Amino acid sequence: MSAFSLCVVRKTIRASCVQLANTGLSVIRGVNLSCQQSTRVCSSRAHHSKVPQVPTWEPVSEDQLPTPAQVSGDLVDKLERLALVDFRTKQGLACLEKAVRFADQLHVVDTSGVEPMDSVLEDSVLHLRNDTVMEGDCAEELLRLSKNTVEEYFVAPPGNIPLPQAEERTKMLKHSEF
Amino acid sequence: MLNLTIKRLSQAFREGRLSPTEVCRSCLNRIKKTQHLNAYISVTEELALKQAQEAETRLSQGAPKGPLDGIPFAVKDNFCTKNIRTTCASRMLKDYIPPYSATVVQKLLDQGAVLMGKTNMDEFAMGSGSTDGFYGPVRNPWSYTAPYREQSSAAPDSDWVISGGSSGGSAAAVASLTSYLALGSDTGGSTRNPGALCGLVALKPTYGLLSRHGLIPLVNSMDVPGILTRSVSDTAIVLGILQDLDVQDSTTIPAPASLADLPVDFNVKNLCVGIPKEYHAPGLSEEVLAQWSHVADMFERSGARVEQVSLPHTQYSIVCYHVLCCAEVASNMARFDGLEYGHRSEVDSSTEAMYGSTRHEGFNDVVRGRILSGNYFLLKQNYHHYFVKAQKVRRLIANDFKVVFDSGVDVLLTPTTLTDASPYSDFTQEDNRTRSAQEDVFTQPVNVAGLPAVSMPTALSRQGLPIGLQLIGPALQDRKLLSVAQWIEQRVGFPSISDYVEFSESRTRREQISTVW
Repeated sequence: MSAFSLCVVRKTIRASCVQLANTGLSVIRGVNLSCQQSTRVCSSRAHHSKVPQVPTWEPVSEDQLPTPAQVSGDLVDKLERLALVDFRTKQGLACLEKAVRFADQLHVVDTSGVEPMDSVLEDSVLHLRNDTVMEGDCAEELLRLSKNTVEEYFVAPPGNIPLPQAEERTKMLKHSEF
Repeated sequence: MLNLTIKRLSQAFREGRLSPTEVCRSCLNRIKKTQHLNAYISVTEELALKQAQEAETRLSQGAPKGPLDGIPFAVKDNFCTKNIRTTCASRMLKDYIPPYSATVVQKLLDQGAVLMGKTNMDEFAMGSGSTDGFYGPVRNPWSYTAPYREQSSAAPDSDWVISGGSSGGSAAAVASLTSYLALGSDTGGSTRNPGALCGLVALKPTYGLLSRHGLIPLVNSMDVPGILTRSVSDTAIVLGILQDLDVQDSTTIPAPASLADLPVDFNVKNLCVGIPKEYHAPGLSEEVLAQWSHVADMFERSGARVEQVSLPHTQYSIVCYHVLCCAEVASNMARFDGLEYGHRSEVDSSTEAMYGSTRHEGFNDVVRGRILSGNYFLLKQNYHHYFVKAQKVRRLIANDFKVVFDSGVDVLLTPTTLTDASPYSDFTQEDNRTRSAQEDVFTQPVNVAGLPAVSMPTALSRQGLPIGLQLIGPALQDRKLLSVAQWIEQRVGFPSISDYVEFSESRTRREQISTVW
């Protein structure tokens, strides 16, 4: 270990000299080898560097944020019905709570008087193509991609039946677990 | 020959020094030898050989289609390829065979480029490590080079670094010399992040410059196809071919008129380079910082005007991105219901039950998690509080860039990632959302604002892994950005991976390493 660090230090000195020459491959590797040890050397030389040498982010503290949202059992049920995916485990729910907490940082930003932005092309002219049929007659090709069709129809199981209640739903999905 | 640039290879084809079938076979061999990288989901061997043969005939008749005729390429598995399986690295689309090709893929095929295969990724492009896909993680080819192995005490099979993501397979394919270019997609950094970690040039073009027809959508208001190559001039060639209006994608914009080639000796004397001070984020490694300073100083010494500038809302960009991404994902993923295409569950008690089980079986935890978060942000009672709020912050971020570019800054120079590539075992200690929030800090603001950005490798770290820097420009200044990138490329002398990895043609004392490949 000591032999290794010695060798790094030696390379440092060499690298910080050749960095100025700025040519070739070994130099580049040398520079990297040198970084940790030669910070002093670099920073004294790059004293006027326009690159900030310390992080500039303002930490966001808890008291700047709204109270954390509680996701109730009813809301879990509602989300699962809307999204047609399940949380699967408690971890899934914790994941949502973390995602929401992360999003809460938005409220630190003052957006009064700012219009929401839907698209970065909001000022561009939408290109219109000629109003002519360009493709079609591909029903068979598309129907072939479906697992279950009859003539020109996609076949779905019986409709107008709401998703089962939470408990039964879990059973149904467990059944389908692979 | 596998480490040639596209330009050189194309020249060699025209002069008859190399043949497309010979190169195609070498690439296929190399794909087999590098299987453990898990870069490809599907290898289109037969098709590739057929295409290479056709290119060879054209070349021998002195009538190549263009600079890409006979050049092997790879495509991320979220671009539709006619009659070739397109999975998005998800169980949901594991057997999906699209009846059409994405416009960008078709354009490459029309140029005679040879498709080697479809590359691995994070499921539905949701991730920043290529560790969360149905087909397993992608390994970074630099994990198997001499400089990395020499400092590692563990065996190559347990100590390897991630490729970055979500286009990790595309990056690994180009970095391991099995393709000369690859298509990725970039919604929050998914092309630039793996590009940086695998030592490649990675372009995220201006929003709308490249068609997205046939790219399976993640976040419509931000998605763009990305280009991965091993040199800046190669990226410029590919950009020239792919850009422009597409009647199949109403969000495309006309490409600005430009010269075919990048200037060989770009003059930086009249260039103003901005250094956004907010891009020194917490967690930035010393080595990346040193590279950033080094290149900034290089510009200054060469006579460019280098100025520190401020993009004050940068730190909230990742939060804004997170909300908009989840919201659009929730809406986009609604198409996968088991009826028309993709996986369908056996559960058939009701339509809703079939939908629910199909999506339960088809999506991984990451995708389900984002869909649920998105639905939460879009609930009637949350819509203004989160979604509209994020859209407002989006405008502030876009304005930050506008102010800086209007003040006379030509390009911004920033890091691409916080650090070089992490070992897989470290990376997977945190969940996908946390990792994406860390990994995308420097890359997603340009997606939020729709601007072009290119990541390019500048050096190897102490560990022997690539470090990348990013250039950001105003909308539609993609080629100027590449000219500046080429100026850097000419001066940093980033090594080729082939300097460290022996090819089977010439085995030497590094045989041990070449066998790991």
